[in-house]
Amino acid sequence: MNRIWTAIIVGALVLALPAAGIGQPRVTITYWQYFFESKVKLVDQLIAQFETQYPGVKVAHEHFPYDAYNQKVASAVPAGQGPDVINLFYGWVPLYVDSGYLQSLPPDAFPPVQIERDYVPMIKASKLDGKYWAIPTAVRSLAMFYNADLFRSAAVVRPPVTWEEFQAAAERMTARDDRGRITTMGFGVAPSGQDHHLLREVLFRQWGAAPYSADNRRVTYATPAGAEALRWYTEMITKSKVGAIDFFPGAGGYRNAFMAGRAGMIVDGSFAIGAIRRGTRASWGVAPLPGRTVGGAPSNFGSYWVHGLTTRAQGPRREAAIQFLKFLVSEQTQRLWLDAVGELPAYKRLVEDPRLGADPVMGPFVSALPYARATFFVDEAAQRQVLVDAVNEVVLNNKPPRQALEEAAAKEQKILDEFWAKRKRP
Amino acid sequence: MATQVTAARPLRRGLRIGQQRALWAYLFLAVPLLFFAGIRILPAISSLYISVHEWNIISPVRPYVGLANFQTLAADPRFARAAINTVRYVLVGIPAQMVLGLGLALLLQRIVRFRGLFRALYFMPFITPIVAASWVWQWMYSVHLGPLNKILQGMGLPAQGFLRDPGQALFAVAAMVVWQYLGFQVVIFLAGLEAIPRVYYEAAEVDGATGWRLFWRITLPLLNPTLVFSMVYSTIVYLQLFTQVLNMTFQDQGGPLASTLTLVLYVYQLGFQRFKMGEAAAATAILFVVILTITLLQMKILSKPVEY
Repeated sequence: MNRIWTAIIVGALVLALPAAGIGQPRVTITYWQYFFESKVKLVDQLIAQFETQYPGVKVAHEHFPYDAYNQKVASAVPAGQGPDVINLFYGWVPLYVDSGYLQSLPPDAFPPVQIERDYVPMIKASKLDGKYWAIPTAVRSLAMFYNADLFRSAAVVRPPVTWEEFQAAAERMTARDDRGRITTMGFGVAPSGQDHHLLREVLFRQWGAAPYSADNRRVTYATPAGAEALRWYTEMITKSKVGAIDFFPGAGGYRNAFMAGRAGMIVDGSFAIGAIRRGTRASWGVAPLPGRTVGGAPSNFGSYWVHGLTTRAQGPRREAAIQFLKFLVSEQTQRLWLDAVGELPAYKRLVEDPRLGADPVMGPFVSALPYARATFFVDEAAQRQVLVDAVNEVVLNNKPPRQALEEAAAKEQKILDEFWAKRKRP
Repeated sequence: MATQVTAARPLRRGLRIGQQRALWAYLFLAVPLLFFAGIRILPAISSLYISVHEWNIISPVRPYVGLANFQTLAADPRFARAAINTVRYVLVGIPAQMVLGLGLALLLQRIVRFRGLFRALYFMPFITPIVAASWVWQWMYSVHLGPLNKILQGMGLPAQGFLRDPGQALFAVAAMVVWQYLGFQVVIFLAGLEAIPRVYYEAAEVDGATGWRLFWRITLPLLNPTLVFSMVYSTIVYLQLFTQVLNMTFQDQGGPLASTLTLVLYVYQLGFQRFKMGEAAAATAILFVVILTITLLQMKILSKPVEY
């Protein structure tokens, strides 16, 4: 009898020990992101917090330069190394899913209904085959940055509300030398910066052309309305000449021109706030993107970086990775993220916080989140090129906007077709 | 040292001194050979392997697709554009670089004073970091803010599009590459010119030959090995053009409208921006064959033994 009791007690202890966290082997999981100083610092802090909450889990945090990120993943993964939780641009998710590198989020830990209830709508772009594959802490949207000093000297009394007003304001702020060369742009155009997003998700839609079909399989912007939107945009370069492509050469030249006081207005993402805050000498402000008409339907482009679970996370590591993922997207983390990184929270509840909406810089970005859409990119570099080329065909080769747009749509359709044809999963 | 010590007596394994020396030499030569094989040859072979597979850079599954990647490239207008552009860079850049280089070398050969200074000045672009130089040139070409258009307008000429004009952009980039390699070209030509014995010129002058005749009959034929070397070398440089184009068209790489796109830049875009490693490797294989063919042809056609 004694032996039986001993066995039962020992057995119970063995079962109870892990639950109490005593003698449990520590699980180490790995988190990867690209290097962005404020994010790296914050995640280090978050990991320390997480590890005190979950003493059985240790998180290794590794980061790489942005340009080498995918290459790093590509070389580490086939070698059986790499992260359990990974930070990705949302546009890369289909590629990672098709490569069999992500596992879908477990519905018991992240119920899709709850995701759709709690998050801003743009995150639907991460739903593939009816499942969510990754989830963000923070999101970004577009707004208009304006140089308040230039506004004042050009007697522009308030940020434009319609595109017509926008154009008028741009014309008043544009300065040229006696030879007609632009010295200050009214609108810092940048087709390969954020303007291709502006065209796709804002101008096309406001002019009455949905850019893609609801199932993301067809390109639908090559309509008369879409062509009118493209015409309006390109005429700022060719006709009213309020902006010039590559006015300041280099990556982010439009933003540099704005910071140097050589552009009255630019369309840029919330991720640019930090740089503009540090680098702009003139007084500046942020306003929501104008609309086609006063009170007309607003639209915006949103984008985000997501955290996903990789297929490497199995067994106890999977449990730990799920806990860490939940922690990374928690409300508390989202608040910290806003303060430390300056990125907008992904929870509707936080976005609706009136204090955030009233912030003069964050407010216009936040107010766009309820309707901002993230384009379902299958090959972002190629799809961007298509629209950049369409603008250049009109601006440099005098092609009619309608024709340029039809050619662009045909090219982009091919890219989409290729993607959908290759998908093995239903 | 070892050979000196053992030189006096026969070696244990019956190797003679010469053989032992050779063995040592091969041993030391093997190190860079192994390095070369590992860093150059193996990746080249593996890229050939990738070119017949579909690989999106991330996926562990890389199905064999035969020549499908090559077929995709054959139907890809952007690839065709990049290939044509690359040939145009060669056809525009090399003659400009060789003619200017030879002209400058001939001029420099004639002067004694300041020759070193001039040579150093011309050589300076060659040792300037390419990326920095590209960015400076990009600013010089800037349509609205650049100094070049200011100069043109000062002379009463219309402002030009330069890098923003699809018709001019390739030439604008090529001009920068010529500027960059000119000094190197001059140094090579100067060395070649110095190697031509004075006697030939003196003999020819005694026979009454002057100026152009000396150049056509003596300088050019005797410079042939140098010409072939720099032709082959710069063809490879122009066929592999990448950094200058990437940095001078940083926002719309290879643009506008693919007018400056080169094969290597397109390979980079395919592989590392669009994750189509298979297609990128296929394009690399094509480029490899093209470079090999052109180089062999050049060596065969251009190098003629000169007899006097």
